[in-house]
Amino acid sequence: MVAAANKLSFSDVAVHYGDDVAFSGLSFDVRENEIFGIIGPAGSGKTSLLRAINRMDDFNSEMRVSGRIELDGHNVRAWRNVYSLRQRIGVVFPLPVGLPLTVYENVALSPRLRGIRKKAQLNEIVERCLRRAALWDEVKDRLDTLGSLLSGGQQQRLTIARALSQEPEVLLLDEFSIAVDPVTTMRIEDILKSLREELTIVLVTNLVQQARRLADRTAFMLGGELVEVGVTEELFTGGTRDDRTRQYLEGRFG
Amino acid sequence: MFEATERTLKDAQRERLVKRILLGSTILLILPVVIILAVLIWKGAPMMSFEFLFEEPTNGMTAGGIFPALIGTVWLVLVALLASVPVGVAAAIYLSEYAPDNKLTRLVNLAIINLAGVPSIVHALFGVGAFVLFAGFGTSILAASLTLAVMTLPIVIVSTRESLQAVPQAFREACWNMGATRWQTIRKVVLPNAVSGILTGVILEVSRTAGETAPIMFTGAAFFLPFLPESVFDQTMAMSLHLFVISTQVPDVPEALPYGVALVLVAMVLTMNAISVGVRTWLRGRRKW
Repeated sequence: MVAAANKLSFSDVAVHYGDDVAFSGLSFDVRENEIFGIIGPAGSGKTSLLRAINRMDDFNSEMRVSGRIELDGHNVRAWRNVYSLRQRIGVVFPLPVGLPLTVYENVALSPRLRGIRKKAQLNEIVERCLRRAALWDEVKDRLDTLGSLLSGGQQQRLTIARALSQEPEVLLLDEFSIAVDPVTTMRIEDILKSLREELTIVLVTNLVQQARRLADRTAFMLGGELVEVGVTEELFTGGTRDDRTRQYLEGRFG
Repeated sequence: MFEATERTLKDAQRERLVKRILLGSTILLILPVVIILAVLIWKGAPMMSFEFLFEEPTNGMTAGGIFPALIGTVWLVLVALLASVPVGVAAAIYLSEYAPDNKLTRLVNLAIINLAGVPSIVHALFGVGAFVLFAGFGTSILAASLTLAVMTLPIVIVSTRESLQAVPQAFREACWNMGATRWQTIRKVVLPNAVSGILTGVILEVSRTAGETAPIMFTGAAFFLPFLPESVFDQTMAMSLHLFVISTQVPDVPEALPYGVALVLVAMVLTMNAISVGVRTWLRGRRKW
């Protein structure tokens, strides 16, 4: 197996909210062009981890991040322009957030923020991103309706299109299927598989089988601790090093 | 099995009672409004004529029209809005979107709410000191409007801040995660969805500004001045003060005259409210989440 370069690397990362620890002592690497799954029961610190990558602690005075997170070998804490850092990282939330803008503007917002003004260029980006998110055929005739009026499943694909419009290198998904029907979930999973060639995906999920379907490697977090990281297929075929992982995968707790 | 028990009967009885009390309070609330409007229209409507609206008072303010007061009130309201809305909205944006959530911010917020409770006569004295004397504006529209602006700032700030905070946090986070700055987020997503709430504050401010008497009587409103103001440095008549004057200070005023003035003042405020409510409904119709 050829060792791919590390896209993201974490060493001894911890997140605190006031006096509470979300997680601590977390070290692992995410390789370029892999889908990296993070599983674990609620409250194990998965979402906080994603927030730390994107430096969302800038907006939350309670949240403190320690340790070192690197993107392409560069410390994200020391990133000169935090806005360009966030642009390189697309985020999809558990509940679809269709911004109260039209479908078109939802996808055109990020290019506009980057300074793209030409209508033709914007049109091209919007169509390409909506196509990649498998939404184009459903919305191409109503790009002027509000994004927040689409159905839940459509809105979640809209947020994926919006994240893609940032032309990100990394896509973080935080339990994207929580408010989405099974058919849409499968469609989005297919999209993610096809995106693997172009970008690196970190997939936080509480559906163990979803991690098995998608992730190349999977990390198991429990109560603010990283229990283990392993090749997904090995974890699911009895190759766990820690008993707690095996029990969780077998559905015995969590 | 499905028969009413003593308990469910009692619950139903209480339900009817509560509903009646709530309905009664609502009727009690509407009653004064209805009575005021009815009396004003009943007694004031005979005064309404083209001359009443568009001519100046004559015969020691016992006859003639109210045009200078009408125009004066429009000036006072507009200049006060121009001064307070930009400052109030900007301050509210800072408090809601930028200020860290700490003790100082909470103290400032508390101070703003308390400012709304300062009696208008105190604002009047502040206006005399600050704008008429210290700033050297003299008794003028500018000094009176600035006094009104200071008095109504809390209304604008509080209503703006509340409508900003009604915009779901998830929208901001989605924008921030895309690499938008705070200001880009505010301009593209937060403000457009808070406009209707901000307008509500402006409506309230207009109503208060048009009706206030104390803050303007020492700072810029004149007893009797049958000319139209030409700039913000002129004094002016105003509807509210005019109503006060002819009701209490001038002998031999025909009984219908104050009612006529009051009716026009109320109609002015209601018209402005109606316009703003219309705009608000239109804006709200375009917003959905």
